[in-house]
Amino acid sequence: MGNDEYQKLNTRILTPSFCVLLTLTLIGFALMAVRFIKGIGAVSNMSDGYPWGIWITYDVATGTAIACGGYAMAILVYIRNRMHYHPMIRSAILTSMFGYGLAGFSVMVDVGRPWNAYNFFIPSHWQANSAMFEVALCVMAYTTVLIIEFMPAILTWIERTEWRTLQHLLNKLYGRLGKPAPEHLADRLEGVKEIAAWLKPRLDKALIFIIVLGITLPTMHQSSLGSLLLIASTKLHPLWYTGFLPLLFLINCVYIGYSIAILESVISCYAFKRPFETAELAGLARIIPWLTVIWLSVVVGDLAWRGQLAAAVSLDFYSRFFLLEFCLIGGGSLLLFSGRKRASVRWLFVSAVLIVLGGALYRFNVYLIGFNPGKGWHYFPALAELLITVGIVAFEILGYQVLVKILPVLPRLHTREQHEAAGHGAAEKA
Amino acid sequence: MRKPSRRQFLKIMGVGGAALLAGRRAAASEEHHVNNETLGMLYDATKCVGCKACMASCKRVNGDYGSLSYERAPFDSDGLWDAPQDLSGSTRTLIKLFKESEREWSYVKYSCMHCQKPSCVSVCPVTAMTRDPVTGIVDYNKNACIGCRYCQVACAFTIPKFQWEKAIPQIVKCDLCKNTNLPKKGISACAEVCPTGAIMFGKRKDLLAEANKRLQEHPGTYLDHIYGEKELGGTNHLYLAAMQFNKLGLPVLKTEAPAEFSEKIQHTIYKGFIAPVALYSTLCFIAIKNMRNGNGEHKAEHDATTDKPKEDGDGKR
Ligand code: SF4
Ligand code: SF4
Ligand code: SF4
Repeated sequence: MGNDEYQKLNTRILTPSFCVLLTLTLIGFALMAVRFIKGIGAVSNMSDGYPWGIWITYDVATGTAIACGGYAMAILVYIRNRMHYHPMIRSAILTSMFGYGLAGFSVMVDVGRPWNAYNFFIPSHWQANSAMFEVALCVMAYTTVLIIEFMPAILTWIERTEWRTLQHLLNKLYGRLGKPAPEHLADRLEGVKEIAAWLKPRLDKALIFIIVLGITLPTMHQSSLGSLLLIASTKLHPLWYTGFLPLLFLINCVYIGYSIAILESVISCYAFKRPFETAELAGLARIIPWLTVIWLSVVVGDLAWRGQLAAAVSLDFYSRFFLLEFCLIGGGSLLLFSGRKRASVRWLFVSAVLIVLGGALYRFNVYLIGFNPGKGWHYFPALAELLITVGIVAFEILGYQVLVKILPVLPRLHTREQHEAAGHGAAEKA
Repeated sequence: MRKPSRRQFLKIMGVGGAALLAGRRAAASEEHHVNNETLGMLYDATKCVGCKACMASCKRVNGDYGSLSYERAPFDSDGLWDAPQDLSGSTRTLIKLFKESEREWSYVKYSCMHCQKPSCVSVCPVTAMTRDPVTGIVDYNKNACIGCRYCQVACAFTIPKFQWEKAIPQIVKCDLCKNTNLPKKGISACAEVCPTGAIMFGKRKDLLAEANKRLQEHPGTYLDHIYGEKELGGTNHLYLAAMQFNKLGLPVLKTEAPAEFSEKIQHTIYKGFIAPVALYSTLCFIAIKNMRNGNGEHKAEHDATTDKPKEDGDGKR
């Protein structure tokens, strides 16, 4: 698994989109400060009837599914043994790392007494009956796993950078003080590099065990995200309340994961002006409809078994959201069954968008739209509440943009721009 | 390459399935039993005169310990009322008046039902909600609580309330005066002050006997139903009333506790942690094998892709 499969993007970091994202991020973080000073009620419309709002529904339940690209790609590469997808995996892992890290972060904004979170590590407080206990531990573990999986990129970076800016800065600093820069600093940097070089091959060897852990953990907590609502038998609408929630959430996150991997590749190729990875994308796209077909059959079969089919097509409030979800996923998959559409980047993009929207809507339906705590309760997110979520998402995209420009993350260009790629590689090695 | 991986896939399914079956068998033996020796209250809506002495008493007695406070209604610009509109982060119990018509109405008291198989306890990730096996009291420990509000999602009666307006919030709910009136006087503060005997405090078996006696002696007065006897696996707070309970804000519920079903599924998947470990080891096995055999192929395929962007071979599954 050579690091030579990847390269960093050599472009400017300070772009207009960077500034927009930065502004959104800052607004979001300012509102978070308000939440910690004045209480959750000051920024959100959540209530005792709707104790989970957009933060849990989007940032945690949906955000982690969208961050399942790394999980889905890892299954494909390491378990189904499709090694030619390996070059795509690092950027998928980077987005997963951000998605999960920030989901964890928004949980800390959402919970009322975050300072008590250390209780998760105290065995006498463990509560194995609680799906949330399982989700919390798995998500924490998985975020750590993702960071370790991403380590090779960082180590390569440490190894290959010249640290010129840092050197320069130090020289200047010492110049101001009227002293020459001490030698041992440069030595120490060399030392760090040596450690990185020593660590990398060892990490590479052990990495497979971590990677497999990175497949096991999402399998556990993505299904548990469905189990979370199993307790709400009186509140969740029968269109969505079923014992199959864990299974449905699991399959849902896998097809969302592949669709996101497609979107991510198309968008970053477009934004960073790289050639599209059409062959790889078509291959991914071929897997998705099989998963969605299984998923849709479980949904429909279960509805039929519980006698809810009539409710599904009754066109009331709930049924409309159900049908919308169904059509988005079904429609996107139908497109992908056609080989010609799979070969076109535009159609691939459209169908992946449909499936991600449908899959995300499913999670919204379960966590918010189909959730009815009884008469007199209403929920629609407040502006400040939305802006906090937007801020977190903006931060995520921002981080991705910056990191692909510093670290070797994106697949190395082979085909069309072969000699240019060689040039890049040489520049990077120099 | 492909054939073994399919066989291995079947193997995972087999191991997983065995674990599932094992789990199911173990879960079946964990049926829950109703314990009638535990403590609770019987509220008789036909006896209640709506004096709200119980509400005042609850706040006075539990105010400091339970972080309760007096509430201002939107109309109360002069600050002359304690007028909670619902149970809230400041109020553990509340009397409401349901009006069917001019002449027909009924009071109703809300507070925690102290379920026999409480959903809030089942879902709390850090054991901040607990049910005392001897007294049956469902209690909340703010020093453990992380404020995730899962208990609110889980409770079918929407009893636990959160302090939305506080920077240091907590969950608020009735604890049967476990830390205040009960140890001192042996009775809950609300039952203690009730002037008409509409709130009876005692063991569940005595409450049930009394409720049945009232139903038999005055069959015309009551609906023939003790709310809480069977609902959600039984609750320790019981109700008698002359009017349909769902009109009084007490939902029509099944007799199974939701926590039984969700725990059964959770246990089925996680019993003894067999399934996750099996999954992990099988996946490790496959991945390492793939890596050993695959590295050569990996290189070859790479060279192939550099020459011509070939159609992907994924279709031959
Ligand atoms: S009524 Fe709600 S809060 Fe009270 S014990 Fe039952 S589930 Fe818990
Ligand atoms: S809010 Fe507190 S008491 Fe309720 S489930 Fe979460 S940790 Fe437990
Ligand atoms: S039992 Fe105690 S805490 Fe519960 S409502 Fe009555 S007075 Fe309040």
